[in-house]
Amino acid sequence: MPECDVPQALDEEPCKRLERAAVFPAQCESLAAIIAFVTEVAHQAGLSADAVQAVQLAVDEACMNIIEHAYRGTEGGNIECRCAIDSRGLVITLIDHGIPFELDKVPQPRLSVNLEERSERGLGVYIMCRLMDEVRHTFSPQSGNVLTMVKYREAPG
Amino acid sequence: MNLTTSQHKRCDLIKVSGRLDNASATRLGDALNAIIEAGRFNIVLDMGGVEYISSAGLRVLIDAQKACKRWNRGEVVLANVPQPVREVLDLVGFTPLFRFFDDSTAAVGSF
Repeated sequence: MPECDVPQALDEEPCKRLERAAVFPAQCESLAAIIAFVTEVAHQAGLSADAVQAVQLAVDEACMNIIEHAYRGTEGGNIECRCAIDSRGLVITLIDHGIPFELDKVPQPRLSVNLEERSERGLGVYIMCRLMDEVRHTFSPQSGNVLTMVKYREAPG
Repeated sequence: MNLTTSQHKRCDLIKVSGRLDNASATRLGDALNAIIEAGRFNIVLDMGGVEYISSAGLRVLIDAQKACKRWNRGEVVLANVPQPVREVLDLVGFTPLFRFFDDSTAAVGSF
């Protein structure tokens, strides 16, 4: 797999780039394997234990959205998962070829209303966006849905 | 995910451990629904061993709380909630919707 050193300032650590990619069937049974895959790279990225857990939950939510909404629970679709490590931390890209997704149109869950008025639509996306430091989504007929999430490596204390 | 249920004098106790993801949330939902459909609405959920809760698990919790609190007939209380789970509950605004106890003994005794 590609690994390159980027010229660095004298007081900075080397900026390494590691990319791994794997394709999984878009079904609930794949979640454990997908999470194990990203967890391994999250540890290599030097993320804290809390950050690794956040990544696991965000990826779980993102994949469930793909399974339930992009593919509407039908069989045969795949999720491609790419993991990269850069100077910021861990970059995860999830690609599917299901129904176009519009991140901006997902309703925000209403968090402060009383119990009976709570609707849990949008909860998974909300969690994903709160736990990851960057979340971007694009769609094109050629590339499909491309969801990119970044979790920053914490600065040394 | 491991799940055990026991019936006490004034409430039911469900102990869960492991990962509360989509698949295991369904099992927890079934366990909660069985108690509610039997006409019992005071439930202690001991989450001491829960490593992880996703939105599927959160939905199960909120659905059970809505059902139990309807017409003031009971409630779901949470016991022994690990800090990572508590943080997710805080994140989605669930904390005000439940009573929390340090352990299941105190939770059971509150009914």
